[in-house]
Amino acid sequence: MQLWILLLIPIATCVGIAFGGERNARAVALGGSLVTLAWAVVLAMQFPHWQAEQWTYWPAPEAEAFPVLPGIGVAFELGVDSVSLLLVLLNVFLMPCCVLGSWTAIQERRREFYVWLMVLSTCVMGVFVSRDVISFYTFFEASLVPGFFMLAVYGGPDRREASFKFFIYTFVGSLFMLLGLAYVAWQHAEQTGSWSFTIRDLTAFAPSLSATEQGWILLALLSGLAVKVPLFPLHTWLPLAHNQAPTAGSVNFAAVILKLGLYGLYVFILPMVPEAVVAWAPAIATLAVIGIVYAALICWVQTDVKKLIAYSSVSHMGFAVLGLIALNPVGLQGSVYYMLSHGFATGGLFLCIGMMYERYHTKDLREVGGLAFKMPVWSFFFIVLVFASVGLPGLNGFVSEFLCLIGTFIAVPGAQSGYGGVLGPWFAAIAATGMVLGAMYLLYMTGKLCFGPLREPADHHDHAELPVDLNLREITAVAPIALVCLVFGLMPWPILHAVEPVAEEVLEPYPALVESHVERTERMEAAGSVAAAIGTAAERSR
Amino acid sequence: MVDMSAKLFLITPEILLLIGAVVVAVLGLSSNRRVRNAVPWTTVGFLVAAIIATDVVYDGSEAVTGADLLLPNLGLYLKVMVGVIAIGLVLVGIGMVDRRYEEAIRNGRAGFDPLRVVRGEYHAFLMLSIAGTMLIANANDLIWLFLAIELSSLPTYVMVALGRGTRRNMEAAIKYFFLGAMSSATFLYGFALMYGATGTLSLTGMQEVFATQAAAGGIPFFGLLGMVLAFVGLSFKITAVPMHFYAPDVYQGAPTPVTAFISFMPKVAGFGAIIMLCMAVGWSGHHLIDDAGIKVPTEGLPRPVHATLWVIAVLTMILGNIGALLQTSIKRLLAYSSISHSGYMLVGVIAGTAEGIDAVLFYLVTYGVANVAMFGALCGLQRHDREVETLDDLSGLWKRHPGMAFVLALSSFSMLGLPPLLGFWGKLDLVVAGITAGETPLVVIMMATSAVSSYYYLHLAGLPVIRKPDARTEGVDAGPTPWPRIAGVVFGVGILALPFAAKSLMTQAEHSTDASRLASPEAAADSTNPDSGMSIEAKGSSGRA
Repeated sequence: MQLWILLLIPIATCVGIAFGGERNARAVALGGSLVTLAWAVVLAMQFPHWQAEQWTYWPAPEAEAFPVLPGIGVAFELGVDSVSLLLVLLNVFLMPCCVLGSWTAIQERRREFYVWLMVLSTCVMGVFVSRDVISFYTFFEASLVPGFFMLAVYGGPDRREASFKFFIYTFVGSLFMLLGLAYVAWQHAEQTGSWSFTIRDLTAFAPSLSATEQGWILLALLSGLAVKVPLFPLHTWLPLAHNQAPTAGSVNFAAVILKLGLYGLYVFILPMVPEAVVAWAPAIATLAVIGIVYAALICWVQTDVKKLIAYSSVSHMGFAVLGLIALNPVGLQGSVYYMLSHGFATGGLFLCIGMMYERYHTKDLREVGGLAFKMPVWSFFFIVLVFASVGLPGLNGFVSEFLCLIGTFIAVPGAQSGYGGVLGPWFAAIAATGMVLGAMYLLYMTGKLCFGPLREPADHHDHAELPVDLNLREITAVAPIALVCLVFGLMPWPILHAVEPVAEEVLEPYPALVESHVERTERMEAAGSVAAAIGTAAERSR
Repeated sequence: MVDMSAKLFLITPEILLLIGAVVVAVLGLSSNRRVRNAVPWTTVGFLVAAIIATDVVYDGSEAVTGADLLLPNLGLYLKVMVGVIAIGLVLVGIGMVDRRYEEAIRNGRAGFDPLRVVRGEYHAFLMLSIAGTMLIANANDLIWLFLAIELSSLPTYVMVALGRGTRRNMEAAIKYFFLGAMSSATFLYGFALMYGATGTLSLTGMQEVFATQAAAGGIPFFGLLGMVLAFVGLSFKITAVPMHFYAPDVYQGAPTPVTAFISFMPKVAGFGAIIMLCMAVGWSGHHLIDDAGIKVPTEGLPRPVHATLWVIAVLTMILGNIGALLQTSIKRLLAYSSISHSGYMLVGVIAGTAEGIDAVLFYLVTYGVANVAMFGALCGLQRHDREVETLDDLSGLWKRHPGMAFVLALSSFSMLGLPPLLGFWGKLDLVVAGITAGETPLVVIMMATSAVSSYYYLHLAGLPVIRKPDARTEGVDAGPTPWPRIAGVVFGVGILALPFAAKSLMTQAEHSTDASRLASPEAAADSTNPDSGMSIEAKGSSGRA
């Protein structure tokens, strides 16, 4: 029941918001999100597998199941492992910050806004705690509705296009994901005689499918998940959505919603279709690397701050994908760590931009800048978060980026770690240019925004009700995030340790598969050269 | 042969509805307004009685098992479903069809004229049509099937014409009637050819003959042609290609409550009939004969029938969804969307066997519930005393009628198949049935087209919430009676709550194919031997268990 309660607290908060009146909506939402946070912390303290050798779900598999369509084995089953629990914590941690960040920014239709925010929180947590593909899919899709309405009602001038694009892109992709999952479930039913949709059963079964089938399943799953990650070239919804969304929406989109895709890659694709992953890893990695460099170059020429940060997300998530398909524990740990640190850093950046936007009503780098003297507190937090994003040693971004790149670098056949991979130094080298570019565009943005002569929009007179610099509420919203960035940068071990058994378990079949894959390719190449040799010999003899 | 009294016992619900039709037809002619106001409630009362009667009749009675039906338990599910959703449809129509005239009488602008008052007729025809739809579940021969389909269709032709006065309405009524007559002729011709090919009118007899023919040298050409013609004709009832052209015009021209009715009831009738016919020919044991004269066994329906249905399904899904993209009128949009839903359900029919039929039956419920909620909201609103017409009329609805905006969003998302709403579970079931039957390409097309549908459903769900109210929507307010809105809210709650009961709904749907003669050819051949009747039933139920 514990996990169900976690999902129900935000829903109960919605009821409170609905009956609490327009004025109290934000207070109720803040209270509800704090209760959720507290409950999640309680769960995290109860979680028995932080330092486990073995990788297991918690609670026990059947403890939290709710049958829906027993005829075809559909039941809602909840459970967490350390990765999903960490992501839940990320979500509940950011939620109060989002509420505080929208405290004065949302003036109209407040109740609805906070209801959507709470529903979004439930959906996102639901995805992370699902142990059943149907409940996963349900929450994955249901998260579109609050996202859509937050974007469409409270967004910027292009909100309509942004919201439709966001919804349709993701919806279309995930339909094919459902198809792929249903196919696996059917094969499972055919061969074992009983229907089941639990991730446990399907991941145990799916690797026995043929390589061709695995390839198709990979394609189907990827069409749903790659949109969310987002992987180049399916990223085009993201800059628009992140740019147009209200502050809390941007924070949520960047920090949590993007992680749904990556989490899906981790929970479905890695364990389900290992053969196809090995075969297609270079292709996926190529897309990721293209995304890293391409998005970084786009960032460089942006004048809209929010758009710049949105594109930087595309670039950054590329690293996380690389780490994931490096197929060694280092990379996977780095990837999970990346999910968390990107969530905090980029979420915090969007929060800061929101605070600035509330004061100046512009996010154009040409119109506003040199704020360091006028808003020192704001500038301090902004710069800390930028450095976290850039990957300055000592902050969280560095740890994750470094691990992902190392993981990619050593992902060569017959690696010493025992985990051979199919990527290698080239991918790492090109991706590393993304790091350099990242430093360039982010510092360029910081320089324009914080330093140099003060620039303010021409029609700007005062900050309305807000003080010149951050007030206590805003500091409360952003300071915890900055603090976490620092702590994560200095003490990554607890989390990396917790993820290690998970990583080893998930990657267990891979070394053998990589080896046989490499062998097969070599044999084919050798056969090709032998055939060529025979051909030339035959020609000569003629 | 079952004796007459058992047969009559089996159709008690329909008999009740026929009595009800007579009663409300008379009540509706009363000059007393109170009596006239009681008409819808009398209708609801008879519908409730019919539902209870269904439960009693099917409660382990001999009449059901002895009635020589292809799907003996279908009636329980189908009749209860039709009854419950019909109650919603009656609520949606309360005070709507004859609103102008009744208002005129109340204001003293017009005197009471028995020739002009339509309330009694509307409800009487509604009940007749429902009775016809229910009768399909008990059809055991082609004549009965044909009469049941006609009984369910003919009243709807009149109902469409009830919104008399406007030109568009006249166009709708005439189109609906003539095209309907043509479709009846088409499938009747098909029935005749099937009779010619098998020499029997009884559906169970026909199943045996088809099975024997399939086992011998294949079903004769005329049998297959009859089948294909029957499907083409029936595609009118379910608004499938090639008989879908009327839908947008008729849906738009008919009074909104009638649109709600004809977008659900004839569909149930059509799918009931299609399932029966497919059962008769069977989803297994067919084969092709290749050039060398060797029999090649095939999966599913006989190839020509399969191909026909396949093409119909694909075109229906594609045309329905693409047509809907271009609409600005809500009712036209819903017409195209209902076309596409028929396409999805045809996937279940093609997949066939128990799973496919269950999925179609379950989908009908999910569609029906969302349909009532949607039309409840539309009927509950008016613009300058007229029906709301275009999508623009709905913009900014959240400000004045947040409840209705919510119901509209819920029902569109449910029709889109967004989890966790009811529609998703129906679609999931169809997908699973389709994949299980090896119809993966069809399922992929279904997915791709429902992806297209997200665009227009999103408009329908989003515009009332997103847009701000403008001058055009100033005139939009709540209709005179609250009942359509109440129906909308109740069925909207159903969209949210029924997924929790999806388990029992599914079990019911599965129960309806229990003890059916979804038999392989051997079993059907066995049943020519009168002693083996029991063993088939045992086989059927154990197969399901």
